[in-house]
Amino acid sequence: MKASQRSGQSRRRKEKSIRILFFAVASASILTLSLIIIFLFMEGVPIFEKVSLKEFILGKYWYPTYDPPEFGIFPLIVASLAVTAVASLISIPLGVMTAAYLAEIASSRLREIVKPIVELLAALPSVVIGFFGMVVVAPFLQNTFNLATGLNLFNAALMLAFMSVPTICSISEDAIFSVPKELKEASLALGATHWETIWRVIVPASISGISTAVILGMSRAMGETMVVLMVAGGAGMIPTSLFDPVRPLPASIAAEMAEAPFRGDHYSALFATGIVLFAFTLLFNLVADHVSNKYRQVGAATL
Amino acid sequence: MDADKGRAKKMVVKNLSFFYGGSKALTDVSLDFYANQVTALIGPSGCGKSTLLRCLNRMNDLIPYSRSEGQVLLDGESIYDPKVDVVSLRRRVGMVFQKPNPFPKTIFENVAYGLRVNGVKDRSTIEQKVEDTLKNAALWEEVKERLYDSALGLSGGQQQRLCIARALAVEPEVVLMDEPASALDPIATQKIEELIHHLKKCYTIIIVTHNMQQAARVSDVTAFFYLGKLIEAGVTDTIFTRPKLKQTEEYITGRFG
Ligand SMILES: Nc1ncnc2c1ncn2[C@@H]1O[C@H](COP(=O)(O)OP(=O)(O)OP(=O)(O)O)[C@@H](O)[C@H]1O
Ligand SMILES: [Mg+2]
Repeated sequence: MKASQRSGQSRRRKEKSIRILFFAVASASILTLSLIIIFLFMEGVPIFEKVSLKEFILGKYWYPTYDPPEFGIFPLIVASLAVTAVASLISIPLGVMTAAYLAEIASSRLREIVKPIVELLAALPSVVIGFFGMVVVAPFLQNTFNLATGLNLFNAALMLAFMSVPTICSISEDAIFSVPKELKEASLALGATHWETIWRVIVPASISGISTAVILGMSRAMGETMVVLMVAGGAGMIPTSLFDPVRPLPASIAAEMAEAPFRGDHYSALFATGIVLFAFTLLFNLVADHVSNKYRQVGAATL
Repeated sequence: MDADKGRAKKMVVKNLSFFYGGSKALTDVSLDFYANQVTALIGPSGCGKSTLLRCLNRMNDLIPYSRSEGQVLLDGESIYDPKVDVVSLRRRVGMVFQKPNPFPKTIFENVAYGLRVNGVKDRSTIEQKVEDTLKNAALWEEVKERLYDSALGLSGGQQQRLCIARALAVEPEVVLMDEPASALDPIATQKIEELIHHLKKCYTIIIVTHNMQQAARVSDVTAFFYLGKLIEAGVTDTIFTRPKLKQTEEYITGRFG
């Protein structure tokens, strides 16, 4: 009796110390992240002594090295949104349809072969994709469409789509595959075709996972730096066509940070650009979170 | 089966064997299902009742590496013929599953689903049909106030009756029910039994049940299975009062061992 009491006590103590350990580790990573964000704001906010927030965000000219300099990141924001949007137009149908094919139509053998390959694509370093865009896609676009340069919005969007398809496909596939087979059977037993079953039962039942996949894929495209740095063309103008060279937010930061004088205006402006980019990706992730909570995945009814 | 004389054979199973990969789940089963009769399939767990039921609407097609031998006829025509359109077969042979499996949609949409996929578009036709079928399945009173709430908010028993309503909405000719009352309380069970009784005027019903009293109450014909084989089939009254085989008697009286 006494012995068991004592061992109970020591187990409780162990339990408590483990809890403290985990809490400490978790706090450390959260603390680090908070420090990075604080740092981002500390370095970025001083620029607003020179230009107003409105001028910064809506200003049409980004000439940070001119005299006097102009710090308007509107063209960069438009560029980022445009490449993300065009990339999504390509990657969402491609990713979701591939996922539906793998989960629902392909034989299990094929699925077991193709799924890992798609996931492997996600492991392709972005610099390799950028390289491909530079030496293969750019000359192709330039020749076919008779352009001044193949490094442009479309090329960047295409490469970003490449990068987000594996994310979208893999997460959607998991969501679609985990729809209980009872639901599928119920639909087929009512005289629905396979296609009707996919479209009316399986996709709606996995919509939360699919939406999360799509938003995470878009967020990845938005924040991706190396690809847009290499293939977007780098012109800080508001694009008027699909084939205009552009300069998305991350490309601007990466290209200019090394040259911007430490703690100068240009330097702060780049950090402020980082804050804007962060706000966008944060927004995407919050939406993803919201969506996945709202349409929580629903399984077969249990008793 | 004297009582069945003169009745049309709605479905006929001839020398049916079924395999899950290498393992045999049904062995040489031959059994007739009569129009406007309730046939009960009974037998211990794992004896192949669900497997047989799923052969009747080709639900087993979905199971990889499965295979069947023998024949299943619906109105005299083989349902395993390559010419047969499985989709319209399943439309004619409806099914209620062992576990309630409502769609994660509203109660209304669950019942309307079969109508929609079968091409019914008119809103008022659908509404009328949903109401009629829910009444038929003894669920209307409980859900009429919340037709547009999620079906997943219903109790297990209500979900099962919703699944019955969903299957009936498309007006199949044959209704397969896999233990439709296993999740229900006695009152709901009674409602289902009354429903089955009422339905047989229009439908051919095949029901799997573990409840001997239920089989005796609702069915006209009873078939007893054991280890994938049909042991004995006949008019329910005869099976329950004067079974030919000792095995059947032991199972029915609960002395099975
Ligand atoms: N999908 C499957 N894959 C492989 N074997 C299966 C599968 N479904 C059923 N079986 C096997 O086939 C046999 C018959 O199963 P079945 O589900 O038809 O039994 P049952 O009579 O309906 O039992 P219960 O009363 O428990 O529902 C069992 O041995 C079972 O293990
Ligand atoms: Mg069963």
